[in-house]
Amino acid sequence: MQDIHGRRRAARRTGRAATAATTLATAAALTACSVLGGDGADPGGSDATGDAGGGTVVLLTHNSFSVPDELVERFEAETGYTLQTRAPGDGGALVNQLVLTKDAPLGDVVFGIDNTFATRAIEEGVLEPYAAPGAVAEYAIDDEGHLTPVDVGDVCINVDREWFAEAGLPEPTTLEDLTDPAYRDLLVVTNPATSSPGLAFLLATVGAFGEDGWLDYWARLRDNGVKVVGGWEDAYFVDFSGPSSEGDRPLVLSYASSPPVEVPEGADTAPTAALLETCFRQVEYAGVLAGAANPEGARAVVDWLLTPEVQAAIPEHMYMYPVTDVELPESWVRFAPLAPEPFEVDPADIAANRDRWIAEWTDVVTG
Amino acid sequence: MARGVGWLGWAVAAGLPLAFLAVFFVHPVAAIVGRGFVADGALDLSGFADVFGRARTWRVIGLTLAQAGAGTAIAVVLGVPGAYLLYRTAFRGRGVLRALVVVPFVLPTVVVGVAFRSVLAPSGPLGFLGWDGSFAGIVAALVFFNYAVVVRTVGAFWAGLDPRAEQAARSLGASAWRAFVGVTLPALAPAIASAAAIVFLFCATAFGVVLVLGSVSYGTVETEIWVLTTQMLDLRAAAVLSVVQLVVIAGVLAVAGRARKRRERALGLASPQREVPRLALRGPLARRADQVAAVVTGVVVVVLLGLPLGTVLVRSFHQPDGGWGLANYANLGTTGGRGALEVTVWDAAATSLRTATDATLLAVLVGGLVALVVSRRPRGRSARRAVGAFDALFMLPLGVSAVTVGFGFLIALDRPFGLALDLRGSPVLVPIAQAVVAVPLVVRTVLPVLRAIDSRLHDAAAVLGAGPARVLAHVDWPVAARSLGLAVGFAFAVSLGEFGATSFLARPDRPTLPVVIFRLLGRPGAENLGMAFAACVLLGALTAAVMGLAERLRSGGEVW
Repeated sequence: MQDIHGRRRAARRTGRAATAATTLATAAALTACSVLGGDGADPGGSDATGDAGGGTVVLLTHNSFSVPDELVERFEAETGYTLQTRAPGDGGALVNQLVLTKDAPLGDVVFGIDNTFATRAIEEGVLEPYAAPGAVAEYAIDDEGHLTPVDVGDVCINVDREWFAEAGLPEPTTLEDLTDPAYRDLLVVTNPATSSPGLAFLLATVGAFGEDGWLDYWARLRDNGVKVVGGWEDAYFVDFSGPSSEGDRPLVLSYASSPPVEVPEGADTAPTAALLETCFRQVEYAGVLAGAANPEGARAVVDWLLTPEVQAAIPEHMYMYPVTDVELPESWVRFAPLAPEPFEVDPADIAANRDRWIAEWTDVVTG
Repeated sequence: MARGVGWLGWAVAAGLPLAFLAVFFVHPVAAIVGRGFVADGALDLSGFADVFGRARTWRVIGLTLAQAGAGTAIAVVLGVPGAYLLYRTAFRGRGVLRALVVVPFVLPTVVVGVAFRSVLAPSGPLGFLGWDGSFAGIVAALVFFNYAVVVRTVGAFWAGLDPRAEQAARSLGASAWRAFVGVTLPALAPAIASAAAIVFLFCATAFGVVLVLGSVSYGTVETEIWVLTTQMLDLRAAAVLSVVQLVVIAGVLAVAGRARKRRERALGLASPQREVPRLALRGPLARRADQVAAVVTGVVVVVLLGLPLGTVLVRSFHQPDGGWGLANYANLGTTGGRGALEVTVWDAAATSLRTATDATLLAVLVGGLVALVVSRRPRGRSARRAVGAFDALFMLPLGVSAVTVGFGFLIALDRPFGLALDLRGSPVLVPIAQAVVAVPLVVRTVLPVLRAIDSRLHDAAAVLGAGPARVLAHVDWPVAARSLGLAVGFAFAVSLGEFGATSFLARPDRPTLPVVIFRLLGRPGAENLGMAFAACVLLGALTAAVMGLAERLRSGGEVW
């Protein structure tokens, strides 16, 4: 009885199953333009890292890298290389991947190692020295030229000026001010363990108060109601009271380059500003990878990153300041000055102490 | 002869998925975890003593289990009434609602995090709860993401359950509640156990949610592995925690497997033409069960799903100039404010669809074979054990950190098994990584259905002279095909929403939608924020559409 039933049902279902199969097959056919076929093909072959004087050069970078297409095309036209970029994560993930793959490098050249991770990259031997002709001495990290500075930026507390004007409260200016009870529950920052501006701000306090005083400063900041969230986008878009957000805290950890973006078209004043006495300077470097399949191409990319065209595009595309002397966008000149004297910590000290500092910070802030 | 062919067939059916898993999961994960246990060329297990000696480790493990346990329990309690409502009653708008509940499942955690926090932050509509940055907030978000897994997995199974057993209990005088608890619930146990296992693994490995909503106080094993691997390069500690993850997963799978096995048996599959009763909330025919299910599900849909989704939707219409309108949607055709993106959001959407198609085909092929193999109940004890292990093996990807897999790919796939073929950076890795995560869902969707086939059907077919291939074609395939639509939908949704592994592997010139959304949110400015929300709505709409289509594929217009 059941058997017959089952068979009959089976027969009926086969039609539907066939429909399902056909649909799947059709989907497969329609997506002949899928990744595996069609436009998925790489120009220049996926991993032919090329011979000297041509071929592909692979640039590894972090996920904030952005350069106008025209400039990439011009680079390719002028040098004969095909530029392929890969962005496998944020700055920290990038360096760690380089370390893990140094026996079989993922590419030829890297951009985006910052001064908080630079020492690790150099010490682990993932970089091949290269003295780029256009290199700027000011931010050089060592004498051998393992890393070439490309851009800089300041991580600073940003202030919602409208909020303070309405509250009739003077804006704070220094790190010390932030612990003033007048500014209780007004500041939001990010976790240094998971966010790079968070780490930069931790370093600002280390630079400002020294090994002996920075944790005490954080204890006071905690007692004054500092809020710590996971990532920058959270702090800026959820908790900050600025124009593009809906939060209730008028002080947020962000960048010196953030204010111009908030200026309405045609306005003369910026609704937000960076507190330039609270900043830590980040420097981003490029370098040729040890064991690169295309070292010539790698050096060409480093040179290219220092050309006036790329340098001039950096502010609008990566929210950083060029290291060479090129003209800044007008809105930057007006609303995004760099800190005259940012706090500094020696990169070697950062490499040696970062993990311990983060652990100590976590204990104080959650304690 | 036929027997020989049968054996060969099964060997291929088991071997193909095994090879896939070995190359794209076991090998990379073993490679990266192995690095943590080798120091100066020698095995070094001192990491265990060290890591377990830290108070932080135990707190993190405790928190992981607590949030995953709470998230799973609540998702099941809320999801079962939802499954009833959406799969055992008929009402206008049911199809839309079925598609809608899946939307959270695919939304990128970074946007949901922002949306959730907008709701929970002191300035938000639910700020009075004080859940911002709290354990409750994390659990609420976990339920938000995983509710659909319970509703759909249990619902699809429930829809095919023969209602006559429950009807019989009722006519013998049992109350509706007793009939449910005594007859229906036990019959549903395999599906509930399946769903709960998946949800637990998703919760235990949740990353973005915990990072965004938990802030500094609520690290889990997963976020800890991420920090140790990507920020501190402490592979030794990360490897220890990866082993902890594997042990936890194995434990959960064992428990779930036992719960399933005790209950699993051939079920009377309901007649396909049967209509489910109309939802009865009022009047003389009102059913208490319908009322309860409707109220519970209504609250879930409006508050838990509705508030965050509504926030995303509303903010997507909030223009950069402060007014309301479609400017953010118009901007989807651009590359964002000041070159925020390399491609337009539409390009990214096309990439997402293509990638998801590849991933889905792969996942359905591999997962379908796994389910088929696992659905057999061999007579020998060791053979049964082997099948059980095979089943558990393919669940592992759900419980292993995306960072571990992503980093593992980088060190294992430069010369996979000595072949001169550097797969790293190849665009095919993205759908493959997504398929690895989608396979367990396909298996768990198809398997309960295959297992519910009365094995006497197989025997009878064989006795009547049908070869193994014929049995497959005429007994298993027609039944399995019915659950395939749901499997396709799930696989597609997982792939569309996958961010963890994809963010390591996707090439900047060819990002997927979640990657693009993440990037937009990483830039200041109202324009990028608005675009991120609009892109998120696009992702949700795509998912709902795909799920709706899969629903059709699944049922051909009727229940099952």
